[in-house]
Amino acid sequence: MAKKVLKEHIINKDWCKGCGICVFFCPKNVLELDKEGKVFASRPKDCICCKQCELMCPDFAIEIEVQ
Amino acid sequence: MAFKDYIRERFFPHIWCPGCGHGMVLKGMLKAVEKLGIDKNNIVMVSGIGCSARITGYVDFHTLHTIHGRALAFATGVKISRPELCLIVPMGDGDALAIGGNHFIHACRRNIDITAVIMNNRIYGMTGGQYSPLSGIGKYASTAPYSTIENKFDIVKLAETAGASFVARTTTYHIREMIDILCMAISNKGFSVVEIFSQCPTYFGRKNELKTPTDMLNYFKDNTTPIGSKVKEANPELIERGVFINSSMPEYCEEYDKIVAKAKKNTEV
Repeated sequence: MAKKVLKEHIINKDWCKGCGICVFFCPKNVLELDKEGKVFASRPKDCICCKQCELMCPDFAIEIEVQ
Repeated sequence: MAFKDYIRERFFPHIWCPGCGHGMVLKGMLKAVEKLGIDKNNIVMVSGIGCSARITGYVDFHTLHTIHGRALAFATGVKISRPELCLIVPMGDGDALAIGGNHFIHACRRNIDITAVIMNNRIYGMTGGQYSPLSGIGKYASTAPYSTIENKFDIVKLAETAGASFVARTTTYHIREMIDILCMAISNKGFSVVEIFSQCPTYFGRKNELKTPTDMLNYFKDNTTPIGSKVKEANPELIERGVFINSSMPEYCEEYDKIVAKAKKNTEV
């Protein structure tokens, strides 16, 4: 299977409640919470597109778009 | 159809607390429906009262938000009148087993084709964290400041004994397993019970030394094991998860149709 390449982390900041589940479960430590306590992709280059964050987010706030 | 087409986006962000497991159960359910390819006009979701019952507001199926504990009674009515529809009943632990305890065991006994999803967070979250019949001995709650002394129900054993034809248990941590189990439960012709451990970091977690949602998810990971694993022999305290019962039994609506046919035959003579 071809390696997936990340296009973008689509983050809906209005829906994010900053619970930190995605940050904790990211195997590559890509995500972080910002000053407002909302998630952002601080190291998008490390993303392997496993979509664990997308699957675990209880607020439907993060999506991974693959090229 | 993407699973996001099944939600009513205008009601988001949802009312659940940060890190609440109910959002993950909602996602699991939508993914299961997407996987099975059921048309959203053929699904009816019926719920009672509680945090978990708010789930019906967020899905774009036919939805009924009914009275406390009686979701299964309403669902039975819908199923009897329109047996071709797919019925899903999400319930909380208190809704299903305290207030609606009798409806639950009798729905199991009848084996009517409904999927009951019990989101077990071991607490009454919406009303301020009172202990529920699923809290268990030694847990703290706002109505048990010195810990509870009551035994808890075992949903799996209860449903099994009451006669449900599909019984399974999973957790929000094991979301992929949850999606597969929900697919099996919805496909099953008969009463299906799926117990899902869901985290309530706000009320259950804070009072029981599991302060963050991730602590609670790790608790599910560390304290459960697949059915029949060798780890269970070494550590009998672990809770088993997986499919416990998957049998085919006479389904209520089909039997009802047979009775109708029989009665009509007798009157014709």
